[in-house]
Amino acid sequence: MKIGVLLKQVPDTETRIKLKVDKSGLEEGDIKWVINPFDEFAVEEALRFKEKAGGEVVIVTLGPPRAVDSMRQALAMGADKGIRIDNVGAHLDLFMTAKVLAKVVEEEKFDIVFGGKQAVDDDCAAVIQYVSEFANIPHVSPIETFECSSDLKKATVQRPVAGGLKEIVEIELPCVLGCEKGLNNPRYASLPGIMKAKTKPIAEKKSADLIASGELKVQTAGWALPPERAAGKKVEGEPEIVVDQLVKYLKEEAKVI
Amino acid sequence: MSKLNCTDFYDISALLTEEEIMIQQAARDFVDNEVLPIINEHHRNATFPKQLVPKMAGLGFLGANFPAEYGGAGLNNVAYGLLTQELERGDSGIRSFCSVTGALVMYPIWRYGSEEQKKYWLPKLAKGEKIGCFGLTEPDFGSNPGGMITRAKKKGDKWVLNGAKMWITNGTMADVAVVWAKDESGKVRGFLVEKGTKGFAAPEMKNKFSLRASVTSELTFNDCEIPAANQLPGADGLKAPLSCLTQARYGIAWGALGCAMACYEAAVAYAKERVQFDRPIGGFQLIQEKLTWMLTEITKGQLLALQLGRMKDKGTYTHTHVSMGKMNNVKVARECSHMAREILGANGITDEYPVIRHMMNIESVYTYEGTHQMHQLIIGEHITGIQAYR
Ligand SMILES: Cc1cc2nc3c(=O)[nH]c(=O)nc-3n(C[C@H](O)[C@H](O)[C@H](O)COP(=O)(O)OP(=O)(O)OC[C@H]3O[C@@H](n4cnc5c(N)ncnc54)[C@H](O)[C@@H]3O)c2cc1C
Repeated sequence: MKIGVLLKQVPDTETRIKLKVDKSGLEEGDIKWVINPFDEFAVEEALRFKEKAGGEVVIVTLGPPRAVDSMRQALAMGADKGIRIDNVGAHLDLFMTAKVLAKVVEEEKFDIVFGGKQAVDDDCAAVIQYVSEFANIPHVSPIETFECSSDLKKATVQRPVAGGLKEIVEIELPCVLGCEKGLNNPRYASLPGIMKAKTKPIAEKKSADLIASGELKVQTAGWALPPERAAGKKVEGEPEIVVDQLVKYLKEEAKVI
Repeated sequence: MSKLNCTDFYDISALLTEEEIMIQQAARDFVDNEVLPIINEHHRNATFPKQLVPKMAGLGFLGANFPAEYGGAGLNNVAYGLLTQELERGDSGIRSFCSVTGALVMYPIWRYGSEEQKKYWLPKLAKGEKIGCFGLTEPDFGSNPGGMITRAKKKGDKWVLNGAKMWITNGTMADVAVVWAKDESGKVRGFLVEKGTKGFAAPEMKNKFSLRASVTSELTFNDCEIPAANQLPGADGLKAPLSCLTQARYGIAWGALGCAMACYEAAVAYAKERVQFDRPIGGFQLIQEKLTWMLTEITKGQLLALQLGRMKDKGTYTHTHVSMGKMNNVKVARECSHMAREILGANGITDEYPVIRHMMNIESVYTYEGTHQMHQLIIGEHITGIQAYR
């Protein structure tokens, strides 16, 4: 089995985001970069599948050189090799990003592709679907369980739907699967794993070599931080009065009841 | 290039390789997720979290700087040091367990053991399937182990051990004890004594106020007979156990930084949040002076440990260099824990914060593996050529 994992490097969710002075983007200096948490589930599921079905796990990342650190993390967990598509200087929106990734998926002839259901930086939750469309293979996202048939031809996955219901989907391979929290418990990289990671190959490609440049469908118009949170209101006094006050605030100001 | 995710004021990260940084991060992750959530409970109940052993073994934490052929992870000494730093940021007891396993049990077997002993014990110890301990200290001989009373007498194809050891980490739960005893000619030799051997007992020493999440035991030998094949053939004289201590002290030089960082980080967070006289206490000069001292000493300690590790990797270090690392960094950690405890005020004495636990733990670390004073005297001897401790 040739198992692909789409992995994105994102700012740690605890990082306090700052904008560049001219507001043209993020100030990257203080950002701690990590593997997109949903992609960790994808790596883990890919590794488990490889342990059952044999084959290799290939990490595919579109990103700048710093993204290699996150790829090495996945290699330390047990993935076999990586492909990084450099995006420095390239102007790519979601659509183009997915085109690039789909091209790699086709070139590599993956039998199955795991990715996170969304990246926690922009929360777009669209790349899995786009990639599946462009690579012309089916997808399900998000998945909470994964099981492959013994002939490795199809998989059964569970997908949460509204109202706590579960949709059980049978999907043919090759396919793209978007991984959800709870699918598994990602392993820690072991020390021998980390030592081995440095010897595993990471191939480099340029996005321009994979797809012709096209007009962007989505342009970033600007960046803004969320407004400073206003100070809270504190109500004090006898319970009867306080409760009345609270109800009034919740109704009229917070408008939540 | 990624960075250490611990206190790193002088950009030590820039002096490290990518793997060394990844190992620090992996160890820190492990401690955050697996050690910190459970450590208080074990500290309160004075129990060692044995459930961590298979997890740590699975990740390669035991005997991490041993070559792969004996079950180790093949780390260099700097990466290994960063690992002990992070483990001790969790708890000195956890780091002690790993130090004993790697430096005091695997090391003597690896260095002084027969091929059969190595083949049998090293992979099992690295996998956590067997636990070991190291028995050198005796009730009447601590800083002066050369005076030990425990005796080993050859009887046919057996050795017969008599005597007692005290303050032995892991003793009660150990499957094998590396025991140091004098033969009839008065020479110190090493022996592997397995749990359950007739005449051998390892009762736990209770009521410690330090290193509570670590097992400490007595070892007693009453006409305890062991096969001659359990003697470590290469160990010949006191320098054998001392060479093991050098290994363990090296790990402690780094480990102590973890304790210091935990205290420093807790103190900084508290000083920024705690408001007195209408401002965060971190705004008072007397508090800032302490925080500055801590960060400066931790930074100096990091540079000391790093260079010590590079020298160890190159083989250019001596036990005297290791003495300085252990002596200085444990002292720094001890002072940091006291200062942090002060900064936390009354909260500094509850285990809601990690500081008091570290402060109590570091007292053991200050005393074991050569007391602070013994290291001063070892370095003093190096400087002057005059031995002051005898
Ligand atoms: C929690 C814990 C775990 C331990 N684990 C182990 C273990 O696994 N294996 C093991 O073998 N041992 C272990 N030890 C024992 C430890 O190594 C000894 O406690 C240590 O070597 C000091 O010996 P002592 O306690 O007998 O103190 P002593 O040697 O009696 O020293 C008492 C005081 O006198 C000072 N002193 C002694 N001689 C001199 C001198 N010449 N000049 C100036 N000052 C001097 C010392 O510095 C110290 O302050 C452990 C100890 C503790 C507390």
